[in-house]
Amino acid sequence: MNKSSKFFRRNIRDYGMFIALAVIFILFTSLTGGTFISPNNISNLINQTGYIAVLAAGMTLVIIIRHIDLSVGFLSGFLGAVVAILMTNYNIPAIPAIIIILAFGGVIGLIFGFLVAKVGIPSFVVTLAGMISFHGLLLFATQAGGTINITDHFFNEIGNGFIPSFGRIAGLTTSTLMIGLIGILLFIYFQIKERNIKKQYNFEVSPIAFFFAKLVFVSAMITALILVLAVNSGISWTLVIVVAVIFVFSTVLNKTALGRHIYGIGGNPEAAELSGISVVKVTIYVFVIMEVLTALAGILFASRMQSASPTGGTGFELLAIAGAFIGGCSASGGVGTVTGSLIGALVMASLTNGMDLMGLGSSVQYMIQGLILVLAVVFDIMTRKSRLNS
Amino acid sequence: MGNIDYILEMDNIGKEFPGVKALDGVNFKVKRGEIHCLVGENGAGKSTLMKILSGVYPAGTFSGKIILNSSEQHFNNVSDSERAGIAIIYQELALIPELTIYENVFFGHELKKGQFIDWNETIVQAKEMLKRIRVNINPETKIKDVGVGVQQLVEIGKSLSKKVKILILDEPTAALSEVDCDNLFQILRDLKEQGVTCIMISHKLREVISIADTITVLRDGKTIISIDATERKVGEGEIIKHMVGREIEDIYPKRKDIKVGDVCFELKNWTAFDPSKGRKILHNIDFYVRQGEIVGIAGLMGAGRTEMALSIFGNTKHYDIQGALYVNGAKKFLNSPKKAIEEKIAYVTEDRKGNGLVLIQDIKFNTTLANLKRLLKGFFINQHEEVNLAKKFFKEVGIKAHSIEQSVGTLSGGNQQKVSLAKWLFSAPKLLILDEPTRGIDVGAKFEIYTVMNELVKRGVSIIMISSELPEILGMSDRIFVMADGTITGILDAKDATEEKIMEMATA
Ligand SMILES: Nc1ncnc2c1ncn2[C@@H]1O[C@H](COP(=O)(O)OP(=O)(O)OP(=O)(O)O)[C@@H](O)[C@H]1O
Ligand SMILES: [Mg+2]
Repeated sequence: MNKSSKFFRRNIRDYGMFIALAVIFILFTSLTGGTFISPNNISNLINQTGYIAVLAAGMTLVIIIRHIDLSVGFLSGFLGAVVAILMTNYNIPAIPAIIIILAFGGVIGLIFGFLVAKVGIPSFVVTLAGMISFHGLLLFATQAGGTINITDHFFNEIGNGFIPSFGRIAGLTTSTLMIGLIGILLFIYFQIKERNIKKQYNFEVSPIAFFFAKLVFVSAMITALILVLAVNSGISWTLVIVVAVIFVFSTVLNKTALGRHIYGIGGNPEAAELSGISVVKVTIYVFVIMEVLTALAGILFASRMQSASPTGGTGFELLAIAGAFIGGCSASGGVGTVTGSLIGALVMASLTNGMDLMGLGSSVQYMIQGLILVLAVVFDIMTRKSRLNS
Repeated sequence: MGNIDYILEMDNIGKEFPGVKALDGVNFKVKRGEIHCLVGENGAGKSTLMKILSGVYPAGTFSGKIILNSSEQHFNNVSDSERAGIAIIYQELALIPELTIYENVFFGHELKKGQFIDWNETIVQAKEMLKRIRVNINPETKIKDVGVGVQQLVEIGKSLSKKVKILILDEPTAALSEVDCDNLFQILRDLKEQGVTCIMISHKLREVISIADTITVLRDGKTIISIDATERKVGEGEIIKHMVGREIEDIYPKRKDIKVGDVCFELKNWTAFDPSKGRKILHNIDFYVRQGEIVGIAGLMGAGRTEMALSIFGNTKHYDIQGALYVNGAKKFLNSPKKAIEEKIAYVTEDRKGNGLVLIQDIKFNTTLANLKRLLKGFFINQHEEVNLAKKFFKEVGIKAHSIEQSVGTLSGGNQQKVSLAKWLFSAPKLLILDEPTRGIDVGAKFEIYTVMNELVKRGVSIIMISSELPEILGMSDRIFVMADGTITGILDAKDATEEKIMEMATA
């Protein structure tokens, strides 16, 4: 018992986010008389989280290597407008338009990375300049008619559509149930496998009771989510894209040399350089990844709105940065995980969604979001300290 | 016995970190006005004990009592201990490079006239302080423009300005030249006259013997012995025996059947210009290393030894270089550490915390960082292989930690140094450049590192060892290059070398 309470205290940071998320869910569910947790709203919430989560994933990499990107909000808005123009004014089909936009994002990332890493301008300044210019470009692009409506069905499906259902079992979509089941089994399998490997190497593992609690808890959460989704139309394409992005970048960070290099540079750039890692190259890669993901977020948002508007992307950068910090990224670099940032993004999106449902004005919303961000970081610092002293 | 005047008694101190008992019932008594040296192996718990005394680890996070001037103390933070007259100077200096000496000295407790800082008074007092620490420098000089030796003294001056009664120095001399060390010790003796009590941690036993009134030895978190050094002369051997629990015959293990091969690395007419300093830092260096030999590079602080290593190892400081570099007879341009690593060169830096290790990551991460290629299976790192190899090198260099997953920042200095070594052994080098390889390391660990070096040269690796410790240079090298002012002032064969000869060349 003593051992597990010690373990819990040392790892409270990792569980803290989930606890916070659970509190938010319970709170809003009761405050909105259950609307918050209704199948419709959850489905909505996921699609709202989508573009923020994608941005937060990229932001995680940027923050780990001790940089920041303020431009992602307006850049995603601008690229959303460009994709809309490509499709409506130039009649380019959706898929080529999407590819062009992703590549466009990559080129901007290349320029940012070059300015930051090679020329040596602080990322804060480079991306602040980017933020201002992209805001201008967004206004310019949408100048003609204000809002550009997108009529391409395929494109609009990305942000609003669902995977094929293959019929229903007891009123629930079959494909979603199957995927949920497979997901839970895979989760349990990999957790057990990882634990066994750790044990084999005599590394510290969570106490067995804890481990089971975690398995049961996460499986229950997935089940609940799946059931809620399956009542309606099932798993959305946005969710598929988000899961894919999170999976890819988690893998990059944990299992590839690039990931190690990113953590190494974040922890000590000089040591990384002397270890044969090219800080310039890795920084450029990270900005390219960030801006491609920003393009993806722009596509998701435009698709969801079925249009591009002059206000598209406003404030996304703040939600993404806040999400990353709530998710455990450290402002001094070297620390952070993509899954953490996903949870952080979900916290921020849930706040927005819940408060929208309650009909709170944006003034109150901003105040509360700011407060939550500070609280999250305070909590982070406190738990880190107690971890050092315990 | 009961009438000895102790200013400080630490009674039955215990401190645990997750997985390690750093201190286990330590008793530590310091007499008023003495210089008390604390020695022990890396990880023995010296720094931890001093952090407890100075309030870094607050009351309640450890067991036992701190009794200062016969009254028990409960420090909740560093300012509490400062108020009680305790000041600690860490090995990593806490000065602000961009500020002047006088600004640094009064940083945090500025002299004020009304609401504003009284700069004139500050400068006057800073001047007085500099006199007290025998530094003849304008207090308006910026900290970044003075050497480490002076910085160290300014740190002491800073604590003097806070009316310190007990001054703690954690390895103050590790990065100092001999001259600076002598200065420092002179100041400590001055302070002693003025009634300040000093506690000094050091791994340099020679200086411990020369300055200590009392020597306390810690081993594995326990007090082994407190020796009164005022009554009789204490020998190095005696201290070592208490520190490691056994006798070490010869600190520099002998190599048998040395097989030196052909020249494998050479510099010809190597000259480097540092654009940031606007001057040449290396002049016309001709230098070579043969396979399987240890070449020592001796010299004073600032002789250009580290600069030479950096200029070879990928030139990260972007010097303008003239001259040629040959690896196995072929001319190479190594313009990034990556290229140097590809040529099987490795460089263990002198500043392991600054540019050697990623402190927030664990031992495994650091061990493999410089050569992840060795672990790649397609796109992915083979984590199974990684753990096995990290463990192998962990054992090979003898790191003491609870697992390869312990973060490097929580290791003692000596163990951090061993991690640096493991990291570069993992890159399987043919030429290993060691910059101050045993700085801040205890005798036992030194011996282990020397043994590893001997093992490496036996396998045909060549080693360049930069060191400021002459006994080490003499004890380990096959050939010795002496540097001064960015150029080579002498080459000696190990057989003919003596400390005097080297010093003569180093000051030429
Ligand atoms: N924050 C920490 N977390 C975990 N273990 C720690 C921490 N700080 C110190 N230790 C451990 O406590 C022990 C004592 O460390 P300490 O730094 O006091 O040694 P030391 O005698 O000062 O060694 P050195 O001569 O190398 O500086 C070591 O085993 C070290 O790994
Ligand atoms: Mg220490």
